Amino acid sequence: MSGVRVLVGTRKGAFVLTSDEKREKWDVSEPLFAGWEIYHLKGSPVDPQRLYASQSSGWFGQVIQRSNDGGKTWEPMGNQFTYDGTPGTHLWYDGTPRPWEFKRIWHLEPSRTDPDTVYAGAEDASLFRTSDGGQTWQELSALRQHDSGVFWQPGAGGMCLHTIVLDPSDPQRIFVAISAAGVFRTDDAGQTWRPMNQGLNTEGIPDPQAEVGHCVHRIAMHDSRPGVLFMQKHWDVMRSDDGAESWQEVSGNLPTDFGFAIDVHAHDPETIYVVPIKSDSEHFPPDGKLRVYRSRTGGNEWEPLTNGLPQRDCYVNVLRDAMAIDTLDSCGVYFGTTGGQVYVSADGGDRWTSIVRDLPAVVSVEVQTLP
Amino acid sequence: MIRVVLPAPLRTLAQIHGEVEVHVEGQVTQRSVLDAVEARYPVLRGTIRDQFSQQRRAFVRFFACQEDLSNESPDAPLPDEVVTGVEPLLVVGAMAGG
Repeated sequence: MSGVRVLVGTRKGAFVLTSDEKREKWDVSEPLFAGWEIYHLKGSPVDPQRLYASQSSGWFGQVIQRSNDGGKTWEPMGNQFTYDGTPGTHLWYDGTPRPWEFKRIWHLEPSRTDPDTVYAGAEDASLFRTSDGGQTWQELSALRQHDSGVFWQPGAGGMCLHTIVLDPSDPQRIFVAISAAGVFRTDDAGQTWRPMNQGLNTEGIPDPQAEVGHCVHRIAMHDSRPGVLFMQKHWDVMRSDDGAESWQEVSGNLPTDFGFAIDVHAHDPETIYVVPIKSDSEHFPPDGKLRVYRSRTGGNEWEPLTNGLPQRDCYVNVLRDAMAIDTLDSCGVYFGTTGGQVYVSADGGDRWTSIVRDLPAVVSVEVQTLP
Repeated sequence: MIRVVLPAPLRTLAQIHGEVEVHVEGQVTQRSVLDAVEARYPVLRGTIRDQFSQQRRAFVRFFACQEDLSNESPDAPLPDEVVTGVEPLLVVGAMAGG
């Protein structure tokens, strides 16, 4: 019988939620790595029992954990993330140069073909890779050493590399997104990188069409169309039909075009989901109503999805890595909130229920569809 | 033997119950004791000291014999009571918050 395993990272530990394909009855694990911040957990696409987790703490730094049995047991792996050479500087909030300093891993992206190879997105923004299952990590330093790197500045959450998209049709091509530098793409497995931010037109920076300096919150791709990317930016929902060479706004009729999470339906590459959030300072849903918005047209035309979601007095946030999609025939959509709820829709967003309501603040949600 | 008391999150991480006892060749200092602890429990590398700079992490403190040794040189000799095992070296996660 098929089922799903939902991997939830929170401010105070990780949780594994499991269900059969109906996604009605759930088992919730005890807290894993209790007390530590778990920015992200993710399973290997080629070995679903192989999981990786980023465990960090303001006191004790970064730990990487690995499981070979689907999350039942875990083993600490290598945690040495060293920037290549003399790291140099980027720009601080006040515009002064500041030395690069490793702080934490925001996102882990296991290889599509090798369970021992994983990419890790770091703060301060850099991309690391392991090819020995997490024992050792090497920086793909050409990204950080791009000519624009000395001008990168942090967003409010830090200067983090938070999104890694591996092109399913070309193992040499990787997209990453950095707050607040923008999108970068390599076509040679990380030896060279190009900023891919044309069309983002970010208000509030001196040159709205600048090569870098864009606060990209997340990008998403459907495996069947690797040239099409969707983006939730600080403001604006964007789309690219040419592998990020250019971007067009598709915010359309959204109540606010600010948000963090964005994802694509498993079986319809033109159906996308966002959670509009009020900003610049509130960072909660407009009007106290938690609404996922779905577009069946790849953007511009959006419908609110409210059935089963709180429609009054709701003031939580949904962070950038806290939405996920399963691949069951009736596509499941999941998201977690800073209020500790994890919601599921087993029918593509029409009806929602909460799996759990009282976890610590949710930072990330991933889902594995199991045979 | 040198006795070391680690904070609870690091005991859990390294699967340690109670105190750690390590043997140190030569002078007993913060550096030599922590080197010995990390050699025995490699998972602790980077959690007490930065892996690159070897500096104490900002929210980790070192105490012994009712003294705060956090800002002492890592190569300064530790008190005789620590060297002889009468007192432990305390590695403490600083209270931070409100």
